[in-house]
Amino acid sequence: MKYSIFSVLREGLRGGKGWTPAWREPEPKPHYDIVIVGGGGHGLATAYYLAKEHGLTNVAVVEKGYIGSGNVGRNTTIIRSNYLLPYNTHFYEWSMKLWEGLEQDFNYNAMVSQRGVLNLYHSDAQRDAYVRRGNAMRLAGVDAELIDADGVRAMAPFLDFENARFPIHGGLLQRRGGTARHDAVAWGYARGADSRGVDILQNTEVTGIRIEAGRAVGVETTRGFIRAGKIGLACAGNSSRVAAMAGLRLPIESHVLQAFVSEGIKPVIDQVITFGAGHFYISQSDKGGLVFGGDIDGYNSYAQRGNLYIIEDVHEAGMALWPAIGRLRTLRHWGGIMDMSMDGSPIIDKSPIDGLYLNCGWCYGGFKATPASGWCFAHTIARDAPHALNAGFRLDRFASGRLIDEKGAGAQPNLH
Amino acid sequence: MRIRCPYCGERSNDEFYVLGDADALTARPSGENAEAFHEYVYQRTNLAGLHRELWYHSNGCRRWLVVTRDTRTHEISDVTYASKRGEGEAA
Repeated sequence: MKYSIFSVLREGLRGGKGWTPAWREPEPKPHYDIVIVGGGGHGLATAYYLAKEHGLTNVAVVEKGYIGSGNVGRNTTIIRSNYLLPYNTHFYEWSMKLWEGLEQDFNYNAMVSQRGVLNLYHSDAQRDAYVRRGNAMRLAGVDAELIDADGVRAMAPFLDFENARFPIHGGLLQRRGGTARHDAVAWGYARGADSRGVDILQNTEVTGIRIEAGRAVGVETTRGFIRAGKIGLACAGNSSRVAAMAGLRLPIESHVLQAFVSEGIKPVIDQVITFGAGHFYISQSDKGGLVFGGDIDGYNSYAQRGNLYIIEDVHEAGMALWPAIGRLRTLRHWGGIMDMSMDGSPIIDKSPIDGLYLNCGWCYGGFKATPASGWCFAHTIARDAPHALNAGFRLDRFASGRLIDEKGAGAQPNLH
Repeated sequence: MRIRCPYCGERSNDEFYVLGDADALTARPSGENAEAFHEYVYQRTNLAGLHRELWYHSNGCRRWLVVTRDTRTHEISDVTYASKRGEGEAA
């Protein structure tokens, strides 16, 4: 069923009785040309672009929980392409371009809102760093504007501009950045893939990867063995666990990142605003809640919850930036498991095992990358070679020294 | 999360700095084998389960500790000094 204003009106008049499920719940087939492990945003996008761009539809997405139960349903929904280093700049800009056409492309309302992403600076040195970043973006064809303090004041007069320690001097603005409805992104890709023939197998956990004569030939699951021509792993925080089933060790640690939502209030903040003197980012959802977050907790974790000291830290940073939010109550918070790579950049590559492909290392920036990650991973699997856009996101870059380290933090995943 | 430091007693984890996998970070290769150094610097087992990790009690006794913690539940089952030297000072 194609969604449109007419279908909404028609079903509104018929009491919604004509709506059908957005995707099927098929039984697993014994064989698929391609099996994607992980039904999050990236896995579903991969299946969607395999079908749409490469005509490969004998594809299954195997998901241990339900669609939207992982990080795609537990992030702060920010989309942006304000990166400094070459591979990142072009890759995330391609993702931004896909976001801009996504809803028409997969016929689903993902509530993509290009409300602008504003990174504040608080010192001359930080301004210089943002000038450099902005120029790198513009050289790559990405929009970037340097805004002075008066410019920021016109957009967000409620911030603490005269903070004695961290006065706001201005900001780097990407107007095309913004937010998207995270669940709808998963649902839209799931529906788009399913309608092209992809089987989405929910509540089907992969328990093993079968390798015969050096080649990955299928996955053992809780619903039996599924033979596959090729296998793509898009398992986010569980990447190391699944890759270990094929005997691989990855340059990744799993860490917990927390996020927060306040009680709902009337519209007050139009953009996504990030604090430059601490790690804090905030926007407002369409329901009115302020959505915000900060640093990861810092220790390895597979528990989808964090600890109080980071909750305190994030709220302190928020109060330093915008004291008025102290009048609000935090309504809820949650944690997701991040696949923190050793240089802070992702891996989209063939693995050392024939027929096995890797998509991991998204740190806590995976949501914005969803469209380009799926698009590039689909290309890498279908053509058995990376696209130019993900040619730098190689697994062997750690051995060869071709790191992509935006922060220059070194091989310490909890600092990225 | 609270960590029972053998020297200071039970303290909140925000008094500590966490470095990571104790077994990986202390297995520094002795030779000049590039592949061995790649394993040491970049590759991690990233266990879901009992994980031995290095924590530094920066706002306490300033000793390095090995904390055995379940990464699935955050439950801490054991805390020891990372070096024999730390044990000597405690005694």
